Amino acid sequence: MRITGYNYDKFTYNLFDSMENNNTYLEVKDLSKSFGNFEAIKNIDINIQEGEFVCFLGPSGCGKTTLLRCIAGLETQSTGSVIQKNINISNEPPSNRDFGIVFQSYALFPNLSVFSNISYGLINNKWKKADIKKRVDELLSLVNLTEHALKYPSQLSGGEQQRVALARALATSPGLLLLDEPLSALDAKVRVFLRKQIRDLQRKLGVTTIMVTHDQEEAQTMADRIFVMKDGEIIQSGTPSEIYTKANSPFIASFIGSMNFIPAIINSSNKVKCNQIEINCDIGNFKANDSVQLAIRPEEIQFKQGNQDDNMIPGRIKEVEFLGSFQRVYFEVRNFTDELIIVDVPSSTARKVELDINKELNLYFSKEDARIYST
Amino acid sequence: MSLLKFADIRRGKDSSDRVGLFMLISYIILFLLFLVLPLGALISKSLQNKDGEFIGLTNYNLYLQEPALFQSLYNSLFVAICSTVIVVVLAFLFSYALTRTCMPFKGFFKLVALIPLLSPSILAAIALVYWFGNQGVLKEVLLGKSIYGPIGIIMASVYWTFPHALIILTTSLSLSDSRLYEAADVLKTSKLRAFFTITIPGARYGIISTAFVIFTQVFTDFGVPKVIGGNYNVLATDIYKEVVGMQNFQMGAVISMVLLVPAMIAFFIDRYSRKKQISLLTARSVVFKPKKHFKVDMIMLGFCSALALIIILMIGMAQFGAIVKYWPYNLNFTLKNYDFQVAGLGWDSFYNSVELSFYTAIFGTIIIFVGSYLIEKLRINEGYRNTVQFFALMPMAVPGLVLGLAYIFFFNAKDNPLNFIYATMIILVVNTIVHFYTVSHLTAITALKQMDKEFESVSLSLKIPIYKMFWRVTLPVCLPPIFDVSIYLFVNAMTTVSGVIFLYSYDTTLASVSAIHLDEQGEVAKAAAMAMLIVYVSIAVRLTHTIITKKVLRKTQAWRYNILDTK
Repeated sequence: MRITGYNYDKFTYNLFDSMENNNTYLEVKDLSKSFGNFEAIKNIDINIQEGEFVCFLGPSGCGKTTLLRCIAGLETQSTGSVIQKNINISNEPPSNRDFGIVFQSYALFPNLSVFSNISYGLINNKWKKADIKKRVDELLSLVNLTEHALKYPSQLSGGEQQRVALARALATSPGLLLLDEPLSALDAKVRVFLRKQIRDLQRKLGVTTIMVTHDQEEAQTMADRIFVMKDGEIIQSGTPSEIYTKANSPFIASFIGSMNFIPAIINSSNKVKCNQIEINCDIGNFKANDSVQLAIRPEEIQFKQGNQDDNMIPGRIKEVEFLGSFQRVYFEVRNFTDELIIVDVPSSTARKVELDINKELNLYFSKEDARIYST
Repeated sequence: MSLLKFADIRRGKDSSDRVGLFMLISYIILFLLFLVLPLGALISKSLQNKDGEFIGLTNYNLYLQEPALFQSLYNSLFVAICSTVIVVVLAFLFSYALTRTCMPFKGFFKLVALIPLLSPSILAAIALVYWFGNQGVLKEVLLGKSIYGPIGIIMASVYWTFPHALIILTTSLSLSDSRLYEAADVLKTSKLRAFFTITIPGARYGIISTAFVIFTQVFTDFGVPKVIGGNYNVLATDIYKEVVGMQNFQMGAVISMVLLVPAMIAFFIDRYSRKKQISLLTARSVVFKPKKHFKVDMIMLGFCSALALIIILMIGMAQFGAIVKYWPYNLNFTLKNYDFQVAGLGWDSFYNSVELSFYTAIFGTIIIFVGSYLIEKLRINEGYRNTVQFFALMPMAVPGLVLGLAYIFFFNAKDNPLNFIYATMIILVVNTIVHFYTVSHLTAITALKQMDKEFESVSLSLKIPIYKMFWRVTLPVCLPPIFDVSIYLFVNAMTTVSGVIFLYSYDTTLASVSAIHLDEQGEVAKAAAMAMLIVYVSIAVRLTHTIITKKVLRKTQAWRYNILDTK
């Protein structure tokens, strides 16, 4: 008897344990894939720990799905290798690799019931009927679909279908779970609900998981680690908060969250000058007279009363957008930049400060929150 | 870690990959044997003299200097273009009535319009002989002109190609976005202007496609001009005369090439316009629902009734002619016309036809469906897959008569190891499958394209071999189109003439060919009876198909109908 279910206690997932043990589960080395003259992915190097949940995040066409398909063996890499549990699987066909996969389109077999879809992979492994039933029931309750066992996929909602696809992928207890934009076809509400369900399930089972997505919010809420991709390359990796706070390029800074970019020039006294206003910030390795961009996130700008201070600029409200929990205010700042400066004001603050058009307010941000990128 | 440097760039293959590769190569070999090489033999025949020596383009020169043969090319083009114009106009109005008006009895009209599909093309010609021939009921209507000639050919061609045009145009007209019409309405556009600025442009690729399909069908048809052409020669009858009458195979090959070229051009234009058509409608379009408009609805009802009446009168006359004693002198009913012994043929040719259709449907469906699956779903060997796809589209461009002649040249050669299939049922089945390959192939490809492209990936990840998944999911899901393909093959094998006219032997005469020979011998009533036999079988098969669809498919396709209760 191989498996009747996971031993949840044994596998109970602890990110920090596995990090310390440096328990590498999957290694991608110098992987490239070309379609004709087009290089879909270039020299990818990745290490994924056992039990980790990682995301490949990037705009469409960045090569994230190609990378996932190479790991699954559904595409053949042009060069490089994939090593799973210290075994080089680069040349193995998908049927010899250990993974389960979930697609954006669900890819449920339309003529098979939910039960038969989930048991599809078990039947081949010569399980006894009773064991199959037990396993499928277990999976159905795991994804909260017990009462739908005898329905056909077309009788389920999109979210339910995707949970069936998840159960089917997990049925054979694969060591690696691959999720290819699993939530992109779903409604906003269902998406948020499934995000949490998938994440909880993954924690519970401790299965190493790779998810491909173009939705930065999804990546940030679900992943232990994010690999941001652009034009076939990984341009930054790290925890969600690292990526958000220490974005290493203007592309990532604007792709993940929103960002005000202001053209600036480094002056001699370790400050930057935006048009006629000087701003205090850490200029890093830049030298005097370098042309740079000053970047500040909308939620890091506050209103401040009082005298002229460092990093305090006078703005005039041009437009206000109501976005529920916060309001997005567009400020004109003379002698600073031609673009409008975006400031996100929590609704609680907005109630205190009246945000009327043409009202003048002083904007302030701390030295630490101001970042500098090359142009 | 240095070991990893040796990581092979190619992915290892699993067993399904190996089987897939083997099968792709088999398909390529089969297409080479039964399509490409025979056509090659035809071309090389056209460049040889009677002794088989290479003489370059001499035969073509000879052809160009022969005014009678040249006249046939002109005649072929003339009847093909006339028929095409008439059919496109009639079929467009008919399909417009079916898709864009609230005309009553649409179901009935659709059914009647498809009747010509059930009969061989010669049935129309035979019926016309009864109506307008020397002893025809309505002979005077022609004002002294003879039905034997271009008039007859055009009328019969219009009759039998009409449903083909109707199918393409109906599909094309039903793909329309009602939002466009609403926008036109809001902008106060007149109905007439909306018709010319929205309807016609929307259907233009469908119209172009129809025109080229119909042109090719009439241009390459053999049966109709043979029966009702009289002294009016066309390319198809010329080929037959050269080959069967004068044993001049070289000239037959040359005329075949003349027939092949326009058909090929038409084929490529058709392919091109079909690709354009697809991109016109997006997923966001709202399907058009016609509104009641009494005047238009009634005009269309009148028009469609007239056409339906003509179709019924045509097939009705053929049936009537088959069961009367001696037209037009003794109109008492009899079944003696169905006793073909008198003509020295018997019922054998009918049984042969049924056998041929049966084998064609069974083997053709399997071969075509598996072939399209390999092309559509394999991840490996793109080059091989593209080659098979190209070969699968080729038969559409090759007229049946040309393919048949090519088969003679190739398989009748003494040094061909496949010579043994010559003059057997096998060569008829193979020829018929190849002849009707493309349409069936495209139907299968469309069905397969509608299936999620990740099914195979999921199966691989679950360690299920592809063939198991094919059996358990692909096949059950694709059953309806598979039935459609087999019906299409069966009916076409029953009715085809041009593909097999050169290939049958004494033991393998076919009903459609017999009908032509009976007509040749002046046994028009027996010819009508033989043609009607084909119609009966086609109807029976269609009915069976409907019953199977209703009863059997309901079970295997339960998931489509959500029959299962929500428990």
